[in-house]
Amino acid sequence: MKYAGLLVMPAGFFLSIAALVLFPNPAPRGAFVVCGLAVQVLGLVVAVRGHIEARGESHP
Amino acid sequence: MNPPAPTLIPVPLPLPMSDATFALVLALLLLAPLAIAGVALINTGLGRSRSAAQSLLGSVVIAAVTVIAFALVGAALTGNIPGGLGNTGHTFHLAGKPWDWLGSGRFLLHDLATAAPPSQLSLLFEFLAVTLAAIIPWGSGADRLRLPAGCAVAAIISALVFPLFAHWVWAGGWLAQLGLNFQLGAGFLDPGGAATVHLLGGLCALAVVWIVGSRRGKFPKEGFSTAMPGHNAVYILFGCLLALTGWLAWNLAGAILWLHVPLATLVPTALGTLLAASGALLTTYTVTRIRFGKPDASLCANGWLAGLVASSACAALISPMQALLVGIVTGIATSLLVELFELGVSIDDPSGAISVHAVGGMLGLLAVGIFSAQPGQLIAQLIGISTLLGLVLPGVYFLFLLLNRFIPFRVDADGERVGMDLHELGGGAYPEFVIHRDDSYR
Repeated sequence: MKYAGLLVMPAGFFLSIAALVLFPNPAPRGAFVVCGLAVQVLGLVVAVRGHIEARGESHP
Repeated sequence: MNPPAPTLIPVPLPLPMSDATFALVLALLLLAPLAIAGVALINTGLGRSRSAAQSLLGSVVIAAVTVIAFALVGAALTGNIPGGLGNTGHTFHLAGKPWDWLGSGRFLLHDLATAAPPSQLSLLFEFLAVTLAAIIPWGSGADRLRLPAGCAVAAIISALVFPLFAHWVWAGGWLAQLGLNFQLGAGFLDPGGAATVHLLGGLCALAVVWIVGSRRGKFPKEGFSTAMPGHNAVYILFGCLLALTGWLAWNLAGAILWLHVPLATLVPTALGTLLAASGALLTTYTVTRIRFGKPDASLCANGWLAGLVASSACAALISPMQALLVGIVTGIATSLLVELFELGVSIDDPSGAISVHAVGGMLGLLAVGIFSAQPGQLIAQLIGISTLLGLVLPGVYFLFLLLNRFIPFRVDADGERVGMDLHELGGGAYPEFVIHRDDSYR
């Protein structure tokens, strides 16, 4: 689950970069960049949840 | 008194620099290592007494490894000193825009002697910056991260990860050129290293903590996590005072080198640094006093440091009163996040580096965009943060995971029980003291 979350995060980055190239208008560009960040935050949350599930197993 | 908005300079160096300015920046950079000393002392104080010598020795050894790896490889990849072709970076074209992604300097500091004085100063700044960035994960792995693994992590950061991002931000790379190519303010701005040093170091710390795991007994299968307080509050608080001196020098040097601000605007930058740290400290003091009945020294130190980290991004770019506001917000966030990371998401980070350096740096970077008068600056800052979160964190995690197969990060159970000092150094930091039974094992 941690790996899945970490693999989602680059997708958010590329979404942000795509916004730069695709949208010259500031408003949609900003919205797309924020969406990219939101994807990264989702990936981070998934990775963190994966870490919590492993709690207590490796080093009790 | 608002400092003037930075001039849009797509390729920052080399610009002419007077002898007086050169001498001033050099003097500031000679004071900047106090910030590294402060962070090392804080990390040591926040760890346990049986790992104190290993922690401080580790900081020194890691600094040495970092400097050598950066001199051999990293400095060439940052591209502050032009290579044989006279340019600073490798570029590809996408959507009709140039994307400068990698420095093209020469290895082994080949052209240092003939480089322009501002380029030499920039390189010295980066040497210090990479050292601080590499020490941050070491504090998070305290009490269980082996010194050889800490050195290997530092070598990867200094030879590959830091140079790449430093080129993008400080040597005319694609993040610095966001303003020129996409009309996003003045491009991604990070004069004091909030992103390049602290956010990067904090994310590397998160990767290290995930891989090395928690300290034995920290998160039992049942019940709450075990409190493992720092062993020496005097080290921690003295480290805060040392760090202040270093941070003042760091932020002023960064403002001159990367923003080319006139010397007359340096006093507001220094005041902004002081006010951000002070606001964060007093907020943390108040929050911990309200929540726990008495102020918590360790958390207050974390708040102070987080305020300094936030000031790295914004002190030179916003007014001192705005910096105070940033410090207050950072102080609230730090005092809550240190606890959330430990109790809520089971992250054992003895030095609090993830909340202090990663979150503090992020808040400072956002403040630059929020308070900037230039259109698009906030988006530029968000893209810089997005790059670190989306590329650097997964990248360093998988790199460290691979490294862990060859150089195991975690000490064995017996080593953790006797302490890193005895296990790795053969002697403790406080040999004349009685070693008490550790109640945290259960």
